[in-house]
Amino acid sequence: MSLRIVVTVKYVPDATGDRHFADDLTVDRDDVDGLLSELDEYAVEQALQISENSDDDVEITVLTVGPEDAKDALRKALSMGADKAIHVEDDDLHGTDAIGTSLVLAKAVEKAGYDLVISGMASTDGTMGVVPALLAERLGVPQVTLLSEVSVADGTVKGRRDGDAASEQLEASLPAVVSVTDQSGEARYPSFKGIMAAKKKPVQSWDLSDLDIDEGEVGLENAYTVVESAAERPARTAGTIVKDEGEGGKQLAEFLASQKFI
Amino acid sequence: MAEVLVYVDHVDGAVRKPTLELLTLARRIGEPVAVALGNGASDTAATLAEHGAVKVLTHEAAEYADYLVVPKVDALQAAHEAVSPAAVLVASSAEGKEIAARLALRLGSGIITDAVDLEAGDEGPVATQSVFAASYTTKSRVSKGTPVITVKPNSAAVEAAPAAGAVESLSVTFSAQATGTKVTGRTPRESTGRPELTEAAIVVSGGRGVNGAENFAIIEALADSLGAAVGASRAAVDAGWYPHTNQVGQTGKSVSPQLYIASGISGAIQHRAGMQTSKTIVAVNKDAEAPIFDLVDYGIVGDLFDVVPQLTEEIKSRKG
Repeated sequence: MSLRIVVTVKYVPDATGDRHFADDLTVDRDDVDGLLSELDEYAVEQALQISENSDDDVEITVLTVGPEDAKDALRKALSMGADKAIHVEDDDLHGTDAIGTSLVLAKAVEKAGYDLVISGMASTDGTMGVVPALLAERLGVPQVTLLSEVSVADGTVKGRRDGDAASEQLEASLPAVVSVTDQSGEARYPSFKGIMAAKKKPVQSWDLSDLDIDEGEVGLENAYTVVESAAERPARTAGTIVKDEGEGGKQLAEFLASQKFI
Repeated sequence: MAEVLVYVDHVDGAVRKPTLELLTLARRIGEPVAVALGNGASDTAATLAEHGAVKVLTHEAAEYADYLVVPKVDALQAAHEAVSPAAVLVASSAEGKEIAARLALRLGSGIITDAVDLEAGDEGPVATQSVFAASYTTKSRVSKGTPVITVKPNSAAVEAAPAAGAVESLSVTFSAQATGTKVTGRTPRESTGRPELTEAAIVVSGGRGVNGAENFAIIEALADSLGAAVGASRAAVDAGWYPHTNQVGQTGKSVSPQLYIASGISGAIQHRAGMQTSKTIVAVNKDAEAPIFDLVDYGIVGDLFDVVPQLTEEIKSRKG
């Protein structure tokens, strides 16, 4: 038996950098350093753990859709231990929204061949958290998402989804789309050996024609949503800062009372 | 007047507050038609009518509880066909966003998630979003298909607006995908008796400075004196001091209460992303240089183990 896992990852601007919008109101990717989205590291980690706990022959492919620099995200995932990588890159993809991105991912996943897709819970830039559900809808396979625990055995994926009202145990047959949360287990650091090995691992590049996607289906012009304006949030007006000299709690209570909270 | 579909989040017929907020927003765009599914669906009608629902479409079936997400998408799609609405509104829970996304794809529609405000516009509803850890505010609209928009809790006031709320049963045929992901077990969260974190008017949070699970009692006592929900920073959750369901921040809950009190929280970007849109922000921290103080309306530089209990006592005595 073999198990083909595709992990979808995103190359995002560093959240600790000064993120802002470009003139066309897309996320500016030039002025801020990029990296593998932290939340996708958990997806790579769970793929590696499924592989380590499996008697099957497991192959892990990392897949990203993004500009040239997005290769850095693939390299990171390969250095953690993934086997190979696919980079979908095309100038016509600039400004593609979640609906369009899910189309590209679905076509790429189908072309690559898969039994299991694993994604992070959301990107750290767009933070919508809807791509795994969209991917499952497009592929017509079960959606087993937002798992804080996941296991695969005998063609079945099981997991625990911690919702607001209840914690649910889920189960579905493969093929399936899974997403994992940051509670699923700390992601490993790449070892020196892993970093060296990653340099020799294959990275395939596909463009839209390789995926039979028409340029009219993706890109900013064809997005399903329009950003009309983006404004920097005005800095909060400087507040009152008081050093506690023994009465800090009472002073704070006075402030809360003045604001009618007490 | 155009109709607006509102997906009802309810527990056995008890409507959750974010749904009532959606009704307020829906009335700005058109006439709200509510869709309530699963056990207790028809029990939601009275509350929904009080808050502006002209119609309540209901459907009860075991599939809604036994399988993940897709049965609800099937039902909303059926409601969309029946009503041809001007927009579909869903509360921004994890599940709500997934339902909305799959629905949008089926309808050939665009989707906007996590709106914090919504207004009518010439070319359809305009949604305000707070992005990049709330450092930017954007206004967007859906340009293809029926707009599907998810809205964060606390984005609008709950308003009484009595309407007919006529109950009609919705006819739903489940798709082949509906039974793909089985829910084999469900453990309800134990109620703490405190308000739901994302819905609370006041949130009191503790972070690294709380320095131990046992010390969270101090944070809880302050929360209880104010009738507030309890939050925790990622550092406190990762250390195992407080449950992940209470985490405020990028990978936890995003809250927007009237008052946010941060104790022993430095205010890293991860945390700010989840609380920066709070109306009034108060912090207690030993480190005068902590970035949280850049956000506060009122801050105390001091030891939370001195300041917080004194604050709690003072609130109790003022409240008598």
